[in-house]
Amino acid sequence: MAAGSGEIETTFLLGRLNWDAIPQEPIVWGTFVGVVIIGVCAMAAITYFRLWGTLWHDWFTSVDHKKIGIMYMILGLIMFLRGFADAIMMRAQQAMAFDGNEGYLNAHHYDQIFTAHGTIMIFFAAMPFVTGFMNYVVPLQIGARDVSFPFLNNFSFWMTVGGAVMMMVSLFIGEFGQTGWLAFPPLSGSEAQPYVGVDYWIWGLQVAGVGTTLSGINLLVTILKMRAPGMTLMRMPIFTWTALCTNILIVATFPVLTATITLLALDRYLGMNFFTNDLGGNPMLYVNLIWIWGHPEVYILILPIFGIFSEVAATFSGKRLFGYNSMVYATVCITILSYLVWLHHFFTMGSGATVNSFFGIATMIISIPTGAKVFNWLFTMYKGRVRFELPMMWTIAFLLTFTIGGMTGVMLAVPPADFVLHNSLFLIAHFHNVIIGGVVFGVFAGINYWWPKAFGYRMNQFWGHVSFWCWVGGFWVAFTPLYVMGLMGVTRRMRVFEDPTLQPFFIVAAIGAVLILAGIGALALQVFFSILQRKNNRVYSNDPWQDGRTLEWATTCPPPHYNFARTPVVYDLDAWHDMKEHGYVPPREGFEPIHMPKNSGAGVIIAGISTVLAFALVWHIWWLALVTFVGMIAAAIHHTFNYDRSYNIPASEVRETEHAVDHATTEAV
Amino acid sequence: MSTEVLTAPTDERVFHLEQEPEHPEGTSTALGFWIYLMSDCLIFATLFATFAVLGGNYAGGPTPKEIFELPLVAVNTAMLLLSSITYGFAMLSMQDKDLSGVIRWLLITACFGAAFLCIELYEFYHLIHEGAGPQRSAFLSSFFALVGTHGLHVTFGLIWLFTLVVQLRKHGLSPANERRVECLSMFWHFLDVIWIGVFTFVYLFGMI
Repeated sequence: MAAGSGEIETTFLLGRLNWDAIPQEPIVWGTFVGVVIIGVCAMAAITYFRLWGTLWHDWFTSVDHKKIGIMYMILGLIMFLRGFADAIMMRAQQAMAFDGNEGYLNAHHYDQIFTAHGTIMIFFAAMPFVTGFMNYVVPLQIGARDVSFPFLNNFSFWMTVGGAVMMMVSLFIGEFGQTGWLAFPPLSGSEAQPYVGVDYWIWGLQVAGVGTTLSGINLLVTILKMRAPGMTLMRMPIFTWTALCTNILIVATFPVLTATITLLALDRYLGMNFFTNDLGGNPMLYVNLIWIWGHPEVYILILPIFGIFSEVAATFSGKRLFGYNSMVYATVCITILSYLVWLHHFFTMGSGATVNSFFGIATMIISIPTGAKVFNWLFTMYKGRVRFELPMMWTIAFLLTFTIGGMTGVMLAVPPADFVLHNSLFLIAHFHNVIIGGVVFGVFAGINYWWPKAFGYRMNQFWGHVSFWCWVGGFWVAFTPLYVMGLMGVTRRMRVFEDPTLQPFFIVAAIGAVLILAGIGALALQVFFSILQRKNNRVYSNDPWQDGRTLEWATTCPPPHYNFARTPVVYDLDAWHDMKEHGYVPPREGFEPIHMPKNSGAGVIIAGISTVLAFALVWHIWWLALVTFVGMIAAAIHHTFNYDRSYNIPASEVRETEHAVDHATTEAV
Repeated sequence: MSTEVLTAPTDERVFHLEQEPEHPEGTSTALGFWIYLMSDCLIFATLFATFAVLGGNYAGGPTPKEIFELPLVAVNTAMLLLSSITYGFAMLSMQDKDLSGVIRWLLITACFGAAFLCIELYEFYHLIHEGAGPQRSAFLSSFFALVGTHGLHVTFGLIWLFTLVVQLRKHGLSPANERRVECLSMFWHFLDVIWIGVFTFVYLFGMI
């Protein structure tokens, strides 16, 4: 490894890239072989079934928000597996590294793993999941035919993929950062991290960050501009409300991340002094800036998930959501408050009692709107006819798990307590408690809830239940020991331990991780059997849960690519429920041509060039960076010369599509 | 469409309007571009904040009073402000549907923009030559980052402007092109506003 071996050799043609860049780790080689085999098999299968054309024309270049949403979900799932592989490796290492046993991971490798785990899980698993749901569901819920800027949507997705590709490349070429997921300087500066690890982190996030910001702008404008007639802000479905707030947060925080990472890059690449220890630099400035992004980011993830739980709770209780207005106000309060609490991530770093008090109290105040939400969900279920379908089960697991996670969060918000608990496994247990118990459970609730809408058949119940119990049980087995050890003072990110009495706790935690692995396996089987048994589980109604309340249930399963043959008019909150009450009949005549955006390959191309640019910058291949930079601008300009971006679906085709659904339903009945 | 509240009698429901509600292409462009500008504004906010924190950390190196030349910056500011006025004239020409007027004023705007960039590059070259480069101190790092980011924006504005001139020649003042001229107008004025902030907080305050 070139790292730490003094001056890093650089050539004109390949920059820092040479044979030494290939990690000398059997684990990495094994993974590489596995990835190559899977990749080759996948490509062979695609070629054999002649799917390249379909993939390119119907998916990669698609500007259909539904397909882009599904692609986001697939990206999230793939990266989630990668992030989980990192997690279980850490658990295995910590379970065995006692009594002088060094475990099976060296320090260099272990430090990369916890850095990659955090980075991947937040940016490339949780974010794509959340963005995927918003993409798929929001336009349907507001009665729109697509987002405001359909091409931009496609481009945003591919930029996110570009960032994810950088994460994966870092596994096999060079190294990843060894800094923790937020890369605090001076540890992430060029003196402590001279090789390419932090650079992968920087450019991966920059590429993906462009995508996230643009997607945030896009969805925000979509919600503000594209709603169906009659849908006032206070008639918007609650998921759309939470999406609105999340996208406001994205637009208002990701630029801060972009700017901050750029400054770190300037320190590393051009020897500037923003966050260095000498010549006037100030590392604490970085910590402040990154958490000004980082704290709202937590709410970017959880708010839409709250929205999913709200929709699920109302649907499966057969009741209108309790306290819709208070839910909206709570969401908006959280959105605003999420900006005022960033300093609670570093109470111990010398801000003084007054400042700590302000941020401690602000943090505790967030628990009030969040608590209001929890009570709203409970009151929605109260006296409802609760059906324990999988989405509802995940919702109840969430309520139980997340509330405990929230309460340990309030404990950490107390500055004197934080002085004891900071940087300990208690913190790790806390944020996994809210992220797994909140975001991950919510993602599974959402997948089970909207799967019939997206694909026209229900998911397999048996494997869904297995996955549910493994996950929920596994979570508690894995993280309860971390709470206990955190209270005992065990710090995070340790590779080996001196005190053998801790080992049983880590073994239990590892068993929990294995249970979660079983949960993931069951999830994979659930998806597999769902697809296999799709004919048996087919749904013929627009509203397969019967108690759907929002507009996405007013169209077919799966929806036609124009979503609604005729745009519905909204009279009430829970528009679809209102339509059912008033004897809605889907339109069968009087169709008009529908104006739709055309697919475009420009997004794939520009994002692809950006990714190569990122790679060139990581490896200091300046000529390639220059060429790709110019190429990226040229491709973008070339795209702007395309004025022919939409087409009309003729009324006859709309009519045919709508009637075909009728036929299928009649035949089945 | 969505803003009007439809208050229907309790039981009567019209589920679909006679006339399908249309969202013609470009209806969201202005709002979307505004929001993009606000997100860009936050990048500048971060850089201003960085300058506010680090701007006094000279690390024994040069201070603003020693290196800033206000007359040069004043000329530079004038160039950018003039370019905003000329862009305004381009917008007026567009309202009169005067294609050649739009292109003429855009090119004049480009001249002022290019002059601004040249003066800025001269200033940077001069500073680096004097040993006041971005590596010298945190003050200079944050100065170069803030002013340089603004300069990069102006550069992209110029590339956009020339692209737009070609597109105007090709397609005339079509609705799509009019939207583009409007967006670039917002972008250009936005950069002007940012520069007022730079001029005030970096240069003028630095000389006090």
